[in-house]
Amino acid sequence: MKTLPGADAVIVGGGWAGLLMAKELGTRTSLNIVVLERGPSREPSDYTTDMDELDYSIRLRMMQDLSQETVTLRHDATRRAVPLRQHGAFLPGAGIGGSGEHWNAQVPRFLPDCFELLSKTTERYGANALPERHALRNWGITYDELEPFYTRVDKLLGTSGQAGNLRGKLIDGGNIFEGWRSEDYPTPPTKVPYFSALFRDAAKSLGYHPYPAPSANISRSYTNPDGISRGGCTYCGFCAKFGCMVGAKAQPTNLLLPVIQKRNNVALRTAAWVRRILFDSSPRPAARGVTYVDATGQEIFQPASLVFLASWTFNNTRLLLLSGIGEPYDPATARGTVGSNLTHQVTVSAATAFFDQPLNRFMGSGSAGIMFSDFDRDDLDRAGLNFIRGGYFGARGYGFQPIGAFGVLPNSIKASWGSEWKKAAVHYYDRTATIGFSGEHLAYKTNFMDLDPVYKDKLGDPLLRLTLDWQENERKMADFATPKAVEVARAMGAREINPFPGLRSYDSTRYNSTHIQGGTIMGDSPAHSVVSPYLQHWQLPNLFILGGSAFPQNASANPTPTVLAFVYRSADAIIDRYLKHPGPLS
Amino acid sequence: MRRRHFLTLSAATLGGVLVYSLDRKASLLASPHKPVRIPLRFFTETEALIVAATASRIFPSDDSGPGAREAGVAIFIDRQLAGPYGRDRFRYTQPPFEDAPRELGYQGSATPRQIYRQGLKGLEGFHLLAPAGQDHALRKIELTLFFSLLRQNTIEGMFCDPMHGGNAGMVGWQLVGFPGPRMSNFDEIEKYYGQAFRPKPMSLRQTTGSKVRPSEEEL
Repeated sequence: MKTLPGADAVIVGGGWAGLLMAKELGTRTSLNIVVLERGPSREPSDYTTDMDELDYSIRLRMMQDLSQETVTLRHDATRRAVPLRQHGAFLPGAGIGGSGEHWNAQVPRFLPDCFELLSKTTERYGANALPERHALRNWGITYDELEPFYTRVDKLLGTSGQAGNLRGKLIDGGNIFEGWRSEDYPTPPTKVPYFSALFRDAAKSLGYHPYPAPSANISRSYTNPDGISRGGCTYCGFCAKFGCMVGAKAQPTNLLLPVIQKRNNVALRTAAWVRRILFDSSPRPAARGVTYVDATGQEIFQPASLVFLASWTFNNTRLLLLSGIGEPYDPATARGTVGSNLTHQVTVSAATAFFDQPLNRFMGSGSAGIMFSDFDRDDLDRAGLNFIRGGYFGARGYGFQPIGAFGVLPNSIKASWGSEWKKAAVHYYDRTATIGFSGEHLAYKTNFMDLDPVYKDKLGDPLLRLTLDWQENERKMADFATPKAVEVARAMGAREINPFPGLRSYDSTRYNSTHIQGGTIMGDSPAHSVVSPYLQHWQLPNLFILGGSAFPQNASANPTPTVLAFVYRSADAIIDRYLKHPGPLS
Repeated sequence: MRRRHFLTLSAATLGGVLVYSLDRKASLLASPHKPVRIPLRFFTETEALIVAATASRIFPSDDSGPGAREAGVAIFIDRQLAGPYGRDRFRYTQPPFEDAPRELGYQGSATPRQIYRQGLKGLEGFHLLAPAGQDHALRKIELTLFFSLLRQNTIEGMFCDPMHGGNAGMVGWQLVGFPGPRMSNFDEIEKYYGQAFRPKPMSLRQTTGSKVRPSEEEL
């Protein structure tokens, strides 16, 4: 193994979290920083010719290459796991920018009570309301503490939207159920696709409070505090699974990379596959650096004074397990922390609606649309509901392309090929749209990650094993959401409506969301968490773990702004305090 | 090296009269009435005829518009199977292969190429049957993995960018009113509420003016 000269900081993973940390440390200090990314390099110019549905959206060109590594899955701990051999329920990206390149750029914040879920829910409904075998935790931080960092994220991204709660003042037309904002959105809401406009009017007629979806596909040109300018969205519709052709969608490659590339104290190495974090347990516990395999197959040790894991939920967790850092979670005793609190999201097509008139669905953006959050709050009368927490409804005009969108038909049509099918599918092609519901996924003692005993990656290291299934709370939540969405679809004038058939076993073949959290969760005590709310490892104080792996349970909202807010907060604490006095931050 | 196979098609039925030679150069046919011989990359000629016939029953050419035949779906599938998709370049294919519940996804070891080769053995003479006989034969395999691939690949070949060899002449896009990759809908998105807006389709190459390398050309 070759040993390189030591760096001040090594960052594993070149996505949103890793590159934001690299930008903050790289511009505000003179630290010598190395970013290791196992995928290819990417540049915004790669995307000027990427609007090909087959290669990007169907063959998934931007996603992780599963021939090299995947995860295994089983529904409960009594069964044998099998590998997820092809992409399905979630789509982790590969390369510089990670999933932040191919995302839809939907950027709602988490609700204030998410951060104190255990205590707030117990306070309101009593401990008996919590589901059996739950593993709910407080995050060790409040929304009020995080709000200034959310605001910095909105300014970084140039977020488009309409505030609903400005410093406590509720504003009609915004999300009146959201947490307070210290400032309005940097840019006004995006344009509204036709289907979303129908949804807005129908939701209003039913007494709900629809608002424009917060979007990091920005509505008009904007220059952020780093001096990075972007133009507004053109609604071409090629967002999810694509990089943005015009750069209107916030991506690590258009917001962070240009700043980092100007700094000679930050080095980016691609095709660098990190295998282990090396560490000392005594006399002073600390990470020493990481080992990785480069494109030629050579194994390299990169020593560093500060180590950051920013390689997404799965790999953050897997690297701790492979490196023997911390105590792996044991579901039999509920002891150990690494790998616990695996959560996904209750994301369902609650109602698929079929209309008489054309919808022009090729026009849109991944985050242009309308949402309502009347059931995304915890102060509803719970009598008879039989589940806790909730979620938001949304009708977004993603921009639809024909391979993926063709052949969605009302349940009344039984044919799936041949003339009758084709005729119906051609008719409904541009007359179909979906009302989505995105709900919180609670943490349970039975949903967790560990190392698979059988299956290996391309280098012979064990794959990460997921043990994951839905519980009654999620099933009841989806059953509650479906008729609500059907009612809205009816008010929109739909001719026929397919309701969501219900959540059964966790289905890896149905796309859910790329919002998988947990495994290295934050909390206020090392007994139940891996990192502090500064994302600092409890035992190895020079190791920081960034990303959704630190979320104790998932919220209904899309996670990226929350991931970035925590990175800003961690970066501030490191720069202002840790570098002066290395050690545990409190 | 295997004998070179060709699929002979009537240019008049192939919606676009654009064909690609073996060195991937696109050429426009001088006379749309002459038959064209398209070199095959994966199928034998007989296999290609069978695949073309199945695709035409799945997505027929009829009074609701053109179908798999005009779009050149068989050519698309031939190229996909010859490329990285056909050999599962990006799938996790390490053993052991275990049976598992449907929710855990396809667990088999067979690649799309192998699934097609095996499946086509059961459809010998299919292209010679009358349509009713063809439908009967397809109904018998409707629930197989082979059929679900055929169906999915047929839809792909109907609606892909023409650079992939399907959607010839953009007949698939015209059928459903998809304009292809448009640089901007800024002025139109809020203007056509409730009315069809159907700009003339343009391929990726026409829109961007640059030649894009499709995935099937990659190793």
